[in-house]
Amino acid sequence: MPVLPDRVDRDAPEYASRRAALLDLLAEIEAQLALARGGGGEKYVERHRKRGKLLARERVELLLDPDSPFLELSPLAAWGTNYTVGGSVVTGIGVVEGTEVLVQAHDPTVRGGAVNPYGAKKQGRASQIASENRLPVVNLVESGGADLPTQSEIFIPGGAGFRDLTQKSAAAIPTIALVFGNSTAGGAYVPGMCDYVVMVKERAKVFLGGPPLVKMATGEESDDEELGGAEMHARVSGLADYLAMDEADAIRLGRQIVRRLNRRKLGPPPAPSYSEPLYDAEDLLGMIPTDLREPFDPRDVLARVLDGSEFDEFKPLYGSSLVTGWGSIHGYPIGVLANARGVLFAEESEKAAQFIQLANQSDTPLLFLQNTTGYMVGKEYEQRGIIKAGAQMINAVSNSAVPHLTVVLGASYGAGNYGMCGRAYDPRFLFTWPNAKSAVMGPAQLAGVLSIVARQSAQARGKEYDEEQDKAMRELVENQIEAESKALFLTARLYDDGIIDPRDTRTVLGMSLSVIHNQPIEGRRGYGVFRM
Amino acid sequence: MITKLLVANRGEIARRVFRTARAMGIATVAVYSDADADAPFVRDADEAVRLPGAAPADTYLRADLVIAAAKAAGADAVHPGYGFLSENATFAQSVLDAGLVWVGPPPGAIEAMGSKLGAKEMMRAAGVPTLPWATEVAGAAEVGFPLLVKASAGGGGRGMRIVRSAAELEDAVEGAQREAGSAFGDATVFLERYVEAPRHVEIQVFADTHGNVVSLFERECSIQRRHQKIVEESPSPAVDEALRARMGEAAVAAARAVGYVGAGTVEFVLDEKNEFAFLEMNTRLQVEHPVTELVTGLDLVRLQLLVADGHPLPQEALSPTMTGAAIEVRLYAEDATRGFLPATGTLRAFDIDEAHVRVDSGFETGSVVSPHYDPMLAKVIAYAPSRTEAATALAGALARARIHGVTTNRDLLVRILGEEEFLAGGTDTAYLERHEPAELGAPLLDDAGRRVHALAAAMAVQAHNRATARVLAALPSGWRNNPSQSQRIALTDATGSVEVSYLMGRDGSVAAHVDDGEVELVVHDASPSLVDLTVDGVRRRCAVSRHGDQIDVDSVSGSSEFRLEPRFPDLDAAHSAGSLVAPMPGSVVRVLVEAGAAVEAGQPLVVLEAMKMEHTVAAPAAGGVAEVRVQAGQQVEAGAVLVVMAEEEGADAD
Repeated sequence: MPVLPDRVDRDAPEYASRRAALLDLLAEIEAQLALARGGGGEKYVERHRKRGKLLARERVELLLDPDSPFLELSPLAAWGTNYTVGGSVVTGIGVVEGTEVLVQAHDPTVRGGAVNPYGAKKQGRASQIASENRLPVVNLVESGGADLPTQSEIFIPGGAGFRDLTQKSAAAIPTIALVFGNSTAGGAYVPGMCDYVVMVKERAKVFLGGPPLVKMATGEESDDEELGGAEMHARVSGLADYLAMDEADAIRLGRQIVRRLNRRKLGPPPAPSYSEPLYDAEDLLGMIPTDLREPFDPRDVLARVLDGSEFDEFKPLYGSSLVTGWGSIHGYPIGVLANARGVLFAEESEKAAQFIQLANQSDTPLLFLQNTTGYMVGKEYEQRGIIKAGAQMINAVSNSAVPHLTVVLGASYGAGNYGMCGRAYDPRFLFTWPNAKSAVMGPAQLAGVLSIVARQSAQARGKEYDEEQDKAMRELVENQIEAESKALFLTARLYDDGIIDPRDTRTVLGMSLSVIHNQPIEGRRGYGVFRM
Repeated sequence: MITKLLVANRGEIARRVFRTARAMGIATVAVYSDADADAPFVRDADEAVRLPGAAPADTYLRADLVIAAAKAAGADAVHPGYGFLSENATFAQSVLDAGLVWVGPPPGAIEAMGSKLGAKEMMRAAGVPTLPWATEVAGAAEVGFPLLVKASAGGGGRGMRIVRSAAELEDAVEGAQREAGSAFGDATVFLERYVEAPRHVEIQVFADTHGNVVSLFERECSIQRRHQKIVEESPSPAVDEALRARMGEAAVAAARAVGYVGAGTVEFVLDEKNEFAFLEMNTRLQVEHPVTELVTGLDLVRLQLLVADGHPLPQEALSPTMTGAAIEVRLYAEDATRGFLPATGTLRAFDIDEAHVRVDSGFETGSVVSPHYDPMLAKVIAYAPSRTEAATALAGALARARIHGVTTNRDLLVRILGEEEFLAGGTDTAYLERHEPAELGAPLLDDAGRRVHALAAAMAVQAHNRATARVLAALPSGWRNNPSQSQRIALTDATGSVEVSYLMGRDGSVAAHVDDGEVELVVHDASPSLVDLTVDGVRRRCAVSRHGDQIDVDSVSGSSEFRLEPRFPDLDAAHSAGSLVAPMPGSVVRVLVEAGAAVEAGQPLVVLEAMKMEHTVAAPAAGGVAEVRVQAGQQVEAGAVLVVMAEEEGADAD
């Protein structure tokens, strides 16, 4: 098997500087993650603890199998917005009783766990991941319902959450609710729609209308326990299947329920044995330029991600600005498409389209490693049909049926983002390195384009072009686009499933592949492979 | 010629004899009680014959059954080992009468020495120094206090009492008689001058049927607990060439006086002035024979078999030499910190590295230490050019041994072997009175070692969790992209509970805490059975084994036995308290309890009738009835509270 060489010069001066730059970026990310973990802040965390309750992440940790991995999804949702970073909900994939499950936990320290627009989006994405990958869903419920000041953004789209729960159930994807506290009004439908419901004694409150609302609506006098207490639901309404004595007991019951789901993964198992990569993932920090104008060879990344650093390159001599080939990660076979020198030409596009078809023929998942400035522009390329070639690639990506994984390693500009399976192309998972940037084009180019257009417009109207103003405009636009291209900006808006430490790339992809294999892996059939 | 040898014994000595027999090409036969059906010595033998029952009186002490077993298996010789029937002249005679070779002294010699009293008389006649004695309580004054009440037929400390004043005498005699009667079937006791804190020095003698009697030098067995030897060595630090020669001559004279044949041991007390006196002669192979074997290079069992077969003692035995020093310790299943209380149980681990020491044992990992037999787990013997080197080697091997599931005197032995007075040769029978066994026997592991072991246990459990994971097993342990807390594991051991928390880093470094103390930890390698870790700058390997919730850890610092606490507390008790409600609408037929009554789990409390069927509402757990809310004849709705159970008192206390 062809083994990728180690070409990293650890003594080169740029190794140290690149590493330092990336560690700075990682520290910036970690500071935001710490904020997300801090939830509603010390005061609310303290108040929550004083009530003898566990924090959202403590509930999650107690639910998971000891020492098993947990991939938190969209941990920095809502970054840079008016909402608490993290979006007042924790979502992620973990292992419970040897079963991969999707976990969602409200963070009751943030406005009582109320759902805001970012939290809603985050839950929507988590729900999509569970459905696409057949993951049982465990909801750790404690939420006052919709965040009322932003109800207009949540109320109408939010209904999809309950529909999704029943549709999962219809697809035999189990849904479980462990109710630790309030789950009222709309929130009451979460336990209402789940296959299994556990409620914590004297803590869970599940009702459509609380005592004041009932009083207003019908004049009836009632208390919380009568309307929606755990004992009432366990003994009278039957909404609760299990009555838990306390939070830990609820989690114990949740684990017990998952154990009896008898989940079997439908995809093929990984190879029983495989080798770790030959080279240290630490090298990635010293290898990756934070200046996106400097290209880097994705083979050096693959050498630190693929099993045994083994990579069978496909069509290496043709369209060499895109690397394609076969390897495996944690024993799961994978086809790789990786940008080598940013630009996609017609040859690269055709090569990609052919390779994607081959992966569908062999039911092999695909990994897209993005570092692209887009499809080539210019007279020569337009005349030779770069649009047709790009369309072939986008067509192949769009209609490919094997699971796709995308990691944005660096640049992701223009239609290159689409051809390389960007967010809109529904890869099963999309992760971003902290140095990555994505936009319709680079900030300088975009500002320059605007400047040219404005200049032409001024000329057409016969006006003098104000060079000073142009300079100021270009700077303003460049700064805005630069800020909006940043990984943090994109992850805040759920344009990825999270920013990852480059050193964790293999781990995250291994976990993603394992999750994907809860479904059968079946490629698109139909025509034979079109030789491009 | 002996072709097939039955060993009328069990455990380590049976295995010891089989080993030499096998080397000499002699087939082997074991006898075993029901309690020993799975014992290693049974598997060691070529053939084995069951002795039904477990008590020694029903099995290993049944001469008739043992001889029948020899016949059944076609054995032509019987080796009695030590204890049981080894010094039973009647048995020896029966063996001979059955036409079998008796690997032991002539019955007459056994008989002569078996009666300690008769033996003393004979020894005095042969010119061997003896202590004053008396056979009647009345003779106590003549003997003088302190004196020792001894079983005439005894050995191994059983049936022995020290008496310091006339007032204690009667009780002591009665107690000794009772013990002797049950242990040896002969309740005869006598009184003997008790020498305070003497050394116990014995001479190994060997005689053949050709008139040769030799001394194979001394063994010192002074360190004893309750008259049981626990440390034995050769040579004795107190015996020089001249004394050795004098004692050897006395021992040979003693053997000649009774027409001795085979292996025997003449026991002496040796006082500070190097005066020695005859105590008794053991007409069998001694437990501590290996130290003699190591310093002389002789195989005593081989010599026994040669002599029994009528051969003269070989030249190397006739002119023996003594080289180096050997020390044996007896590893017992007992709690040295609690008055040497015998311990029983299953050996979850029993592994002593034999690279540098000799281990004679009848136990192995998985063996059960039962209350039926002697709780000696093993004899561990070190041999080295010097006494100090032997002691160090032995202490090292013991400290590194992996022994779990049963309390042992290991830590006591290790401490004795490194103790100043012992190393200086200051051993006498009062050693364990001067050195408090509870202190010597305290765990070798200190607090720092316990922390290391708790970390090792946590890392091994972690490795086990990863190795047995059904999915994502190859991912880094406890991996998080947004780590919010550490993994936690709660352990308890005899000294209390300990919590380990850890967060695995990228490079083997682990952010760990033991209880609230931060620990600088690097894990080089962790498997469920071996953890290689650096704690506070020192790298060690800890062996770990897990049996259910039990986690045993061993390292050079000592051993730990932890119990893994469950992640989720058992709330069954809590579930039981509360209200008992009507399962369906109906009428109350009978009320069977009153408020305040204490009830058992499952006890019927109320009987309901609904839809022509009777339903009994029973107590979910033992507890008190706080309230009865219904009476006979009353109609109740489904869910109506019938009886309220009180919170169980114990539940709060927990």
